[in-house]
Amino acid sequence: MSGNEAVLTVRGLNVDYGTGDGAVHALRDVDLTLHRGEVLGLAGESGCGKSTLAYAVTRLLPPPGVITGGEVHYHRQGGGALDLLALSAAELRAFRWQELSIVFQGAMNSLNPVHTVHSQLTDVLRAHRPELKRPERTARARELLELVGISADRLPAYPHQLSGGMRQRVMIAMALALEPEIVIMDEPTTALDVVMQRQILRQLVRLREELGFSVVFITHDISLLIEFSDRIAIMYGGRIVEEAAASSIYRDPRHPYSDGLLHSFPALHGARRELTGIPGSPPHLSAMPAGCAFHPRCGRALDVCATHVPVLAAPDDADPRTVACWLHGQAPAMTSRS
Amino acid sequence: MKYLLQRLAFYLVTAWAAITINFLIPRMMPGDPVQALLARFQGRLDTGAVDSLKALFGLDEQQSLWQQYTDYWSHLLDGDLGLSFTFFPTPVSEVIAQSLPWTLALVGITTLISFLLGTGIGVFTGWRRGSWMDSLLPVTTFISAIPYFWLGLIAIALFAVKWPLFPAAGGYDSSLVPAFDWPFVSSALYHGALPGLTIVLSAVAGWILGMRNMMVTVSSEDYVMVAQAKGLSERRVMFGYAARNAILPNISGFALSLGFIVGGTLLVEMVFSYPGIGYQLFQAVGAKDYPLMQGVFLIITLSVLAANLLADVLYMVLDPRTRREA
Amino acid sequence: MATTATEAAVTGPAGTDDPAGTRARSRRGMRLLRGRKTVIGLGILAFFVVIAVVGPWIAPYDPDTMSDQLLQPPSGAHWFGTTQTGQDVLSQILVGTRGVLVVGFVAGILATVLSVVIGVSAGFLGGTADELLSLLSNVFLVIPGLPLIIIIASFVSDAGDILIAAVIALTSWAWGARVLRAQTLSLRRRDYVEAARATGESTWRIIFFEVLPNLTAVIASGFVSTVIFAILSEITLAFIGVADISDWNWGTVLFWAQSNQALAQGAWWWFVPAGLCIALLGMSLALINFGIDEFVNPRLRTETGASRKVRMRVGFTPVTRASAARGTDDRETGS
Repeated sequence: MSGNEAVLTVRGLNVDYGTGDGAVHALRDVDLTLHRGEVLGLAGESGCGKSTLAYAVTRLLPPPGVITGGEVHYHRQGGGALDLLALSAAELRAFRWQELSIVFQGAMNSLNPVHTVHSQLTDVLRAHRPELKRPERTARARELLELVGISADRLPAYPHQLSGGMRQRVMIAMALALEPEIVIMDEPTTALDVVMQRQILRQLVRLREELGFSVVFITHDISLLIEFSDRIAIMYGGRIVEEAAASSIYRDPRHPYSDGLLHSFPALHGARRELTGIPGSPPHLSAMPAGCAFHPRCGRALDVCATHVPVLAAPDDADPRTVACWLHGQAPAMTSRS
Repeated sequence: MKYLLQRLAFYLVTAWAAITINFLIPRMMPGDPVQALLARFQGRLDTGAVDSLKALFGLDEQQSLWQQYTDYWSHLLDGDLGLSFTFFPTPVSEVIAQSLPWTLALVGITTLISFLLGTGIGVFTGWRRGSWMDSLLPVTTFISAIPYFWLGLIAIALFAVKWPLFPAAGGYDSSLVPAFDWPFVSSALYHGALPGLTIVLSAVAGWILGMRNMMVTVSSEDYVMVAQAKGLSERRVMFGYAARNAILPNISGFALSLGFIVGGTLLVEMVFSYPGIGYQLFQAVGAKDYPLMQGVFLIITLSVLAANLLADVLYMVLDPRTRREA
Repeated sequence: MATTATEAAVTGPAGTDDPAGTRARSRRGMRLLRGRKTVIGLGILAFFVVIAVVGPWIAPYDPDTMSDQLLQPPSGAHWFGTTQTGQDVLSQILVGTRGVLVVGFVAGILATVLSVVIGVSAGFLGGTADELLSLLSNVFLVIPGLPLIIIIASFVSDAGDILIAAVIALTSWAWGARVLRAQTLSLRRRDYVEAARATGESTWRIIFFEVLPNLTAVIASGFVSTVIFAILSEITLAFIGVADISDWNWGTVLFWAQSNQALAQGAWWWFVPAGLCIALLGMSLALINFGIDEFVNPRLRTETGASRKVRMRVGFTPVTRASAARGTDDRETGS
């Protein structure tokens, strides 16, 4: 279903928190491509930089975040690219939500508590579609609510009058208000119970088939990703360590970290696997180990892992996948430490 | 509605507590300062006035504390606060009735102005962090540390003595008769300008700092980021999302700090000899006029409670979460 | 002590399971001292504390002694000028510093003890006890403090420093109690407190070893605010002549200046130094409090690193890449 046409390309993206001597590198040389119509999953433990990546792409990273290098291009349907990092504030405002919308994590806090659902669904129309009249905006808001399975008479409700699941649906309805090309979903269902999670994700899949947008789906729950996404990128310590089709990651993870991540969650379908998890905890951004950031926790680390950062490269020509690991690259001939 | 009733009940409890404290203070203090005053005014007081003073200050030792307390309440409910010694033989309630409008006008208007002005400036400094406006913060800190009354002294020294632009004392030109006509109102405004400016200048700093900090805190809320992600205009994000939420705690803060502000403004009245209840309190303290002091305390407390209730109503209008359907 | 308070105040999961927690914590403790505001505040406060101790010895004159140098403007002999009766204003200020600080700190300590006892008990005990104690503190919060202090103080004929401090403490503990109650409530639900309860530790042990250490920053900030309030109240009482005016403090200086028409006579030196001292001392305490606030809530910080080059702005992440070429293709983005 995913063509090979790119809709968003990220090249060599670097993000720091803070400036000067106290700066912490949150993203390092991240390359990523989102194709038109696909669901791209971003996985990793908390603090690996997956949310930072999503917010940096849209330049929504709160202070003290600073983008220190790289490029982010948005490709229009008819051709022609837009450099998102070079847009002025006004251009960025016009771009946002029109082309790229976001469903934020934490449904509880994403809605403004003092405005009605109606007001929050229509203010985005007022900003981007000034030609619409008030009744037309209201009609569109009703349509959107019904699209996500909420009765339109909830329009005058305030967020505190809605359940968690309903609030998240309102956020999804809001994200689709302008029929954008890209929807970023940042842990869209973590605050919800499992039944509600599946229900909302199924609905999303249906809506995507109807409306044909591309999705960047961020979660630490890799089993959800394997079920719902086409391709998966796995992040660790501010870098992408492996990227491949969802089925390839599931069947044959190449990076030891991907392997560990897969074994940290029970699989939903297929054979039962042993849950082993990963020993230790992710490194702090301010104290990143030298070499491959994962090597202190890696059971298969080589000597080179502690000194040299592996680059993201194709492990073999057969599969369109990449991995950043000395076990699979043109590693200098060295023996395993253990 | 439930919210409002709860608040109302709370204010009734507070009013009861304040009145009871007022009842207990003279009874717990060593010596009998009021007895001494009574002796001094012996012969000039009629029996009714002596009775009410005895009831208010607990001089009748034959009665049990409970009897004294019920007596006290019945006098209060009649609006009888005793006689003022400073303005002998005017009843305290009359002295207060004359001076309260002055205070309500001065404190009410200046508090409103400083709240609106400070909140407005706070919205901008909090939103545009790191701009030149942050350099205003140390100045506001310094100003907010200056006692109101001292700023009043400086204002008088500069603008009434050195450059006599404004009158140094009083609430209106003493040659005028208080009436609701232009000469009197303009004279009242002219006299009120300097004390008013003093109060605004010292009070505004606190609002700026409070609102700035709330804006900074609210700016990192998810819904503000959502508003930015939606590509809404800066005005809409700043006012409709950030400031609209940041002002809620500031309104609760307004209610809570009112008692403190009123304390400060009373001092300004004293410095400017402004004919409000603060100045009456000052004169009462100087003359050891206990009935007037206690009356003033009660009225100030009740006014602060009323203002709190107004702030609660405003809060209820602004925050839908308090408006739960019954 | 101050270093442990951060974990309590910084809400959210960050920090609780931080492997480098202890190291980070001690680093942050240093940061409180490295903050410019805190250092300036502590410096000014230290200056006044020294004056409070040595003031009476370094004062060039006896503050009560009159001379024939009537109402002299500042000069080499009298740095801050003289009063209408020829007393030296500088000596009055120097001698009066002690009273100001003693009342401020005694009231601050008393009020803090009250607010900790009432606030922490309310938050920790919960139920009816909490409701009653909260009601009590809310009532004291709403009743205007200054008029009450004035009345109580004027019923006592010769109110000394300690009594004034006690009265001020009695009317100013409520704010701290309210904040501490809220903090204690949120602490009580934390895992480690729950764990301590589950293992059967006594309530008092939990309060003293698990809860109180985590409230240090909040308590400190409440203490500093109360000291500010107490100093202002005390000076006010002296200024309107309620407190004993034979004791020197900055308020008494202002009282004599006001009652001798210093303003009308243009004797600015009589009331300006005392006011500036109050403002300086108040500002130093406020700065210390800002330091604590920013330490607890780093978002409030005004100095965000080297912000001269990069301007942080909510909703628009700055881009500092070397060759920030402007967008090349189409500019219009509305479809």
